Amino acid sequence: MQLVVFVVCAVGAVAAGAAVFRVDSMARATFALLASFVFVAVDVLLLHLAYLGVLVILMMIMEMVVMAVFMIMYMMNPAGLMPMSMMHNRRGALAISAGTFVLLAAGILLVRWPARRGAPPAEPTRQLGEALMGSKMLVMMVLGLALFATMVATVVLAQHRGRYDRYGDELERRVPDDPIRGGVGR
Amino acid sequence: MMLQLFLLLAAALLAIGLYGALSQQSIVMIMMGLELMVNAVIVAGAAAWWFLAPHRPDGQVLVVVAITVMAVEMAMGFAVTTAIFRARDVDTTDAAADLRR
Repeated sequence: MQLVVFVVCAVGAVAAGAAVFRVDSMARATFALLASFVFVAVDVLLLHLAYLGVLVILMMIMEMVVMAVFMIMYMMNPAGLMPMSMMHNRRGALAISAGTFVLLAAGILLVRWPARRGAPPAEPTRQLGEALMGSKMLVMMVLGLALFATMVATVVLAQHRGRYDRYGDELERRVPDDPIRGGVGR
Repeated sequence: MMLQLFLLLAAALLAIGLYGALSQQSIVMIMMGLELMVNAVIVAGAAAWWFLAPHRPDGQVLVVVAITVMAVEMAMGFAVTTAIFRARDVDTTDAAADLRR
């Protein structure tokens, strides 16, 4: 039964992943990617990783909805109403990716994998939580710092006019230089 | 045999993502390719944990790192897209080839 679920989800994940780059509509591509992530998450759930599987599903639903909004904001053909090709070097990319798959598959099938060591924990989520709050605390701290740096960097990159635009490079202006005059005391 | 099946799934996802990242012109579509590749790492990490060393938490921690990488990649990707779109109306990689000159 598990094998059947795995095969169905694996085929679904690969098919949905391939559909991402085949459909005309970018909104459809986003939801194909979401389907691929959900299929993969079901396979992760088969490995008794309940927390991580559900986390991937919830996170990806949010991420893809945000992505769909960005698609519609920026892309020139979000709904696929005008069939157009947005690709370059298609043959080269196909050859490189097919070669990569063949190489990886050969390695996967030819390597003699070691036997499983140790028994699975009764509660994998507890094992993960204790590791992140114990022996793998450094990983958690680095991830936290990286996420904080990401928040700062994304705000800096995405804002239209920051305080250096308004108050000068040395922040020396007493009154900000705004395109539209007005405001309290100005 | 199941470990190999999971790893083959990861290899297929990685190859599709690589194809997308190399062949697409739209910046957002390239990010989708990168996400598929990180997704492959999630599958491979989870499978390695379950089939090779489930008594140690390392595989699970790797999956958490991959999930975080995915979030960071998406946030930074959209921030860069916003910045370059705002500055120059650019939404494809071919229009942002300044470093080549």
